[in-house]
Amino acid sequence: MTQYTAVTDADLAEMLAAIGVGSVQELFDRQIPANVRLGRPLDLPAGLPEQEVYAHLRALAARNVSAEDEITFLGAGMYDHYVPAVIDMLLGRSEFLTPYTPYQPEVSQGSLQAMFEYQTAISELTGLPVSNASVYEGPSAVASAGYLARLANGKPKFVVSRGLHPHARDTLATYAHGFGAEVVEVPLKDGVTDLEAWADAIDDETGAVFFAQPNFLGAVEDAEALAAAAKNSSAVVVGQYDPIPLGILKPPGECGVDVAVGEGQTLGNRLDFGGPSFGFFAATEAYLRRMPGRIAGQTVDADGRRGFVLTLQTREQHIRREKATSNICTSQALNALAGVVYLSWLGKGGLVELGELLLQRTHYARERLVALDGVSALHEHPVVREFAVALDVGGRDGVAAVIRRCQDAGVNPGYALGRDYDEFSDGLLVALTEQRSKADIDRLADVLGAAVAAERELLAHPPATA
Amino acid sequence: MSTLNDNKLHADPGIEAHALHHEISVTTAGATPMQRDRATTIFEKGAAGRRAFVAPALDVPEADREQLLPPKFRRDAAARLPEVSEPELVRHYVKLSRRNFDLDTGFYPLGSCTMKHNPRLHERVAGLGGHARLHPLQTPERAQGALELMYNLEGALAEVSGLPHVSLQPSAGSHGELAGVLLTRAFHEDRGQHRTKVLTPDTAHGTNPATVTMAGYTVVKVGTNPDGGVDLDDLRAKADEDVACLMLTNPNTLGVFDPNIAEIAEIVHAVGATLYYDGANLNAIMGKARPGDMGFDIVHFNLHKSFTQPHGGGGPGSGPIAVSDRIRPFLMNPRIVKADDGSFDLDDHGYEKSIGRLRGFQGNYGCFVRSYAYICSLGAEGLADASETAVLNANYLLAKLREHGVAEQLPLAFGELCMHEFVLSGSPMKKALGIKTLDLAKRLLDHGYHPPTVYFPLLVDEALLVEPTETETKETLDGFAEAIAAILKEAGEDATIAQNAPYTTPVRRLDEAGAAKNPVIRQPL
Repeated sequence: MTQYTAVTDADLAEMLAAIGVGSVQELFDRQIPANVRLGRPLDLPAGLPEQEVYAHLRALAARNVSAEDEITFLGAGMYDHYVPAVIDMLLGRSEFLTPYTPYQPEVSQGSLQAMFEYQTAISELTGLPVSNASVYEGPSAVASAGYLARLANGKPKFVVSRGLHPHARDTLATYAHGFGAEVVEVPLKDGVTDLEAWADAIDDETGAVFFAQPNFLGAVEDAEALAAAAKNSSAVVVGQYDPIPLGILKPPGECGVDVAVGEGQTLGNRLDFGGPSFGFFAATEAYLRRMPGRIAGQTVDADGRRGFVLTLQTREQHIRREKATSNICTSQALNALAGVVYLSWLGKGGLVELGELLLQRTHYARERLVALDGVSALHEHPVVREFAVALDVGGRDGVAAVIRRCQDAGVNPGYALGRDYDEFSDGLLVALTEQRSKADIDRLADVLGAAVAAERELLAHPPATA
Repeated sequence: MSTLNDNKLHADPGIEAHALHHEISVTTAGATPMQRDRATTIFEKGAAGRRAFVAPALDVPEADREQLLPPKFRRDAAARLPEVSEPELVRHYVKLSRRNFDLDTGFYPLGSCTMKHNPRLHERVAGLGGHARLHPLQTPERAQGALELMYNLEGALAEVSGLPHVSLQPSAGSHGELAGVLLTRAFHEDRGQHRTKVLTPDTAHGTNPATVTMAGYTVVKVGTNPDGGVDLDDLRAKADEDVACLMLTNPNTLGVFDPNIAEIAEIVHAVGATLYYDGANLNAIMGKARPGDMGFDIVHFNLHKSFTQPHGGGGPGSGPIAVSDRIRPFLMNPRIVKADDGSFDLDDHGYEKSIGRLRGFQGNYGCFVRSYAYICSLGAEGLADASETAVLNANYLLAKLREHGVAEQLPLAFGELCMHEFVLSGSPMKKALGIKTLDLAKRLLDHGYHPPTVYFPLLVDEALLVEPTETETKETLDGFAEAIAAILKEAGEDATIAQNAPYTTPVRRLDEAGAAKNPVIRQPL
């Protein structure tokens, strides 16, 4: 017996008698052949009481520098937005936290209606009529869109903008190698997808095209032009979107995008060192029956009352097996619930206000940073929540040293682009959320300016080595 | 926007039409009654101008917004999101929550899903700022606690599975399966072999064949023998040099531990294929037997099952994999490495022949924190106790059902004993009493129980897959067995009661065919 089980000696005696065996071990011995039984205890530490586990996990947490411990401008796919208290409270409710997939809709109306509401919110945000109940997370949502295209038109080539999140490009390539599609990358030009190269790359063999809005460098792409370039091909146009700027940015549904996907973390989910979060997946009507994952639909019960069920299940693995549109069984229900609660908390006006605020602060931050010695803009395109600068500090090692200096001063200045882009080895990606005030931005400018100056000084006058 | 009053319970024709004459008094084991109001969505509530969010003040010099973002990039009309105050928002979702059945309130013996208790300690530690607000791209030297936790979890999973190399990256069981089959592909391609087929038993979870297709292979089904294990002759006939992999669950979805596993591994390895372990049923064997010792090359774990993540209404999950030495070079990057000085790092090129990434960042870390806390709490003995108790509970429930004489109408599909779950066939019940497995399941809802998994595995007619888990007390199992017996007795007297059940739930049986025929998947605005 442990703290989580309840079989007393008296229970055990009764239970074994009812079963007709002499011991619990006998249940295993009679079913598992001796040659594959472990026959020894697992080589793991002994169990601990709750307070000691708490202390251990707390000590581990204390060895991380989180967004509570520094002023962070890290983004690059996940962002330190404020998560309202109502989300903690609602997601902590047993009724949302502890059930499973709504296999019995009569007792799962809460989860099913939340999915229906979530789908409505995502449709509104993207301007696309069809949304599923969510998928794992952002980059694999991009890859799932690739599989949708593969099943829809069977073409073997994917055209991918280099502005797509590096993890999404990598994930898409991993998936595509499995189902036999080739990924062709289109370079960036002055910070956005090279439209000419993009159009040239799209041909009769192209099954899907992929771009990000805004792209990985924070630049707003001309989504309409990118989608239009694929108009005369059978390619599925896939846009990877950041949902927060969609309060002010033209929605994918109005830009000719067929499938809009993206990382949902920014919608009411914590950073959690990368997950769990959710991926959103929305599409035009034409792809309704090719969508991966769960979809909630409205219906009526035996008495004519409104209710909700999982619907269009003939797409799914438990029915279609090898012919399924995806192998995904569950959505990210709890994370998507956070998403719809967050969007309802922001509300119609709030999402726009948040978008405009980030636009102003991002612009201000960019102006402040490029005014520093040794810092220049990596591109001049509009930016809505994130921007890229180049640091004239001698490349990757210099950028790493600048980041370290800033962190030592309590500011995380952003992400070193050189980890993913050889051509931007001097690049720094700086992200804003509503939690980074003007005072924080000014502090960043001071700290970054000093760090860059110190590194440049070091480059100009290297210390004598022994 | 309409302003519907949620509280007009008695104005609802559905409730009025149904006097609750089939309502059952709720036992200690069963759940409390749920919210039965008429359904209105958040989009039908509120009023223009209401809000819960107060934006921070604009504190930077204001620039011309159209200069910053020209009209051609701008949205014309705002997204029609709800307009509600915080109290409205809270009340809406709290009420919605009360239309769910959940594990904290009642017994949830959903087969193959391992609905075990979710300790609240896990929520507390996962919520600590150092974990919850840690950015995934934080420099490794400033994320040492997180990397150590992941490294330790990898080690524990390696020990439980008997396979030495672990990647925590996959987001769910299905994602772990995809990883496994793509790793298999990379393994064969590395040896210059282009194999085309993957074998799956006809008892397999649907995710197995769906994954096989996604990874570019053809599914070949292998039959089941009369004892519920793999049909060895069929396996021998189908295992050839074109076969890349056999995907197996052991114990399988019939609750049967395949005693021929060593021979199965031999057959599969003899043709150069890999053996894949679907870890959905790992809760039966922790500390008792290990997939690695049975000859498996690749295992996926469902942290949300065996290692108790809250199921969240269907996600999030987490599906780490463990592999043997020969599969290791192909694992997903980045890799967590421990230096001689005890510090940890993330290596983007840690595995030399990596298949690449399967998702962003390092996986569902929030799930790792919870499962790691679980392993710390239970330790070696506690994990074995979990599996022992799960198997004991399943066998006890089975015995109890037999004691109530239920076995005649709901016989065990295979064998005499079971592992952590068992499959009953409702076929005799259907013939004798005129109620289907679905009817039994729906009537169980009125008794305050979540029904078992129904109509899976497909191999068994009118199947009920029952997994009580180690969480449940003897009293709960007794109550559930009595409820099943009572429903069968009731059906003998009047089958229409079960046929029209449930009566006490927020809604009654729903028109699923209608929903699929004319899909309404968003609130019309």
